[in-house]
Amino acid sequence: MKRVYVNEQWCLGCHLCEYYCAFANSNETDMVKALKDIVIHPRIQIEQKDNISFAVSCRHCEEPLCVKGCITGALSINEGVISVDQNKCIGCFTCILCCPYGAISAGDESIIQKCELCTNNKHGSPHCVKGCPNNAIVFEER
Amino acid sequence: MRYVIIGNSTAAVGAVEGIRKNDLEGEIIIISKEPYHVYSRPLISYLLYGKTDEERMKYRSKDFYDTMNCKAILGREAVKIDDAKKEVHLDDGEVLNYDKLLVATGSLPFVPPMEGLDGVHKRFSFMSLDDAKKVESAISSNSKVLIIGAGLIGLKCAEGISKRVESITVVDLADRILSSILDRDGAEIVKSHMEKRNIKFILNTKVETFANNEAVLSNGEKVEFDVLVLAVGVIPNTGLIKEINGKINRGIVVDEFCQTSIPDIFAAGDCCESFDITMEQNKVLALLPNAYMQGECAGINMAGGKKEYGKAIPMNAISFFGLHIITAGSYIGEVFSKSNGENYKKLFVKDGLLKGYIMIGDIEKAGIYTSLIREKTPLCDIDFELVLQSPGLMAFTRKDRKKILGGVVNEY
Ligand SMILES: Cc1cc2nc3c(=O)[nH]c(=O)nc-3n(C[C@H](O)[C@H](O)[C@H](O)COP(=O)(O)OP(=O)(O)OC[C@H]3O[C@@H](n4cnc5c(N)ncnc54)[C@H](O)[C@@H]3O)c2cc1C
Repeated sequence: MKRVYVNEQWCLGCHLCEYYCAFANSNETDMVKALKDIVIHPRIQIEQKDNISFAVSCRHCEEPLCVKGCITGALSINEGVISVDQNKCIGCFTCILCCPYGAISAGDESIIQKCELCTNNKHGSPHCVKGCPNNAIVFEER
Repeated sequence: MRYVIIGNSTAAVGAVEGIRKNDLEGEIIIISKEPYHVYSRPLISYLLYGKTDEERMKYRSKDFYDTMNCKAILGREAVKIDDAKKEVHLDDGEVLNYDKLLVATGSLPFVPPMEGLDGVHKRFSFMSLDDAKKVESAISSNSKVLIIGAGLIGLKCAEGISKRVESITVVDLADRILSSILDRDGAEIVKSHMEKRNIKFILNTKVETFANNEAVLSNGEKVEFDVLVLAVGVIPNTGLIKEINGKINRGIVVDEFCQTSIPDIFAAGDCCESFDITMEQNKVLALLPNAYMQGECAGINMAGGKKEYGKAIPMNAISFFGLHIITAGSYIGEVFSKSNGENYKKLFVKDGLLKGYIMIGDIEKAGIYTSLIREKTPLCDIDFELVLQSPGLMAFTRKDRKKILGGVVNEY
């Protein structure tokens, strides 16, 4: 399955992936409008220290601890993509307890949010990768 | 091949999904006392709080039994196992043969003997959807509710009904609330947070007697109430295995393949013990993620696979009135604290390994710590100072990170 992989040595720490993510998940059609005057809560997040930076988003594990641990059944795997049923999630954050990558975060309305490889929005494939100017994240089969 | 599963909750679902990884043909029969489609047990408090409903509480979709090709016999109790004949006997006399049996009977409420308890009419446990429905119909806006037990279940119940009753008093023998997951300082934070929501705590105290609608406490205090919730604790439901002389400690004893001491009988979830790798001993880990993973492992082995159930640790995420708490592992060894303002964090380190942690408030990326515990990552291989400050993959070496974020994903 195609996943988002990180080429750390290419990451500039520019955070564009985060903005592309926030836009893609905003359901707006215009990026400037979507991001104007807001604090973004992207599902991909840059870790940064000194001159090191890299992006972290859901790995879509084959044996996902978040799905196995989910107390409501809101998290499930659909054709390899781990997705959350927002209607079922009650924001207990057991998945945050479980995820070894720190890739799940609290979203709006006190439930969780995570990368679903843009299968849950109109972009269809990871918008963060499209926004990366330096191939520091790639969407491919390995 | 016929698989029979006693229980229809998390461990049972794990087992069904585990079996179907290896065997799409075999017949699966699920038996449960509870007359419901599989639901998420922890959600019963959210149901009372109004944050979910019976439909959304379903732990798996409506067509789960169909797509998994299994038969669910609901609302019936398994009363006996005949391991010689490989049979399960139901309460209505029906007898089911099995090739492989899973006992996933969960927990029972523990009710210590208390004088006068039988005289209390509106008295409930808080373990099941039916319990929640009974509590719901017993309470009203002028109810005075007394909850015995300041553990996870008692406090979740308190939160669930908080907006719907006049007063809630929680009594516990321990010196702090949530004593199974929090240390004293952490418990104090959560307690004062809950007190702001009009929940009253009386600790270091037990009920001596119930007289009509009054509880007389060991400190002499008297508490008036009209609804009583008993949430002192849970015990593994081991009866069926005990009767056929299967090995039992505190819970049903299983080996690393989730098999009991009796051939072709497996057990998983709250009813049995798991090997806690932080304490290196068997323990009852009555928690949902554990029930799923143990159930799944049992299912894989029942269907002819060979999978060891390893890396079990206590781990819990819970919240009260918006305050989040995540804890894992055991609180042993040297303590490293990082707290600021509302946020509270303690890490416990022994023999160069992270053994446990407590986070209250800011719980972001807690799973990084959970993973350090489960994987027994030597702390000398990572930047411990950094990870203590803020959990993240930055604490790992570039080489490790390349594997973690660039490698093929097959994590368990
Ligand atoms: C109010 C509450 C809140 C909770 N919150 C959390 C939480 O936030 N996080 C967490 O990790 N865990 C939580 N838990 C614990 C979690 O619910 C359990 O760990 C989990 O449900 C265990 O699953 P299980 O399949 O082992 O057993 P159970 O869920 O206990 O299910 C056992 C099943 O077996 C059936 N059964 C038993 N005996 C028989 C018999 N003889 N014949 C037929 N059927 C039988 C029962 O009817 C039941 O369906 C909570 C529990 C409660 C009660």
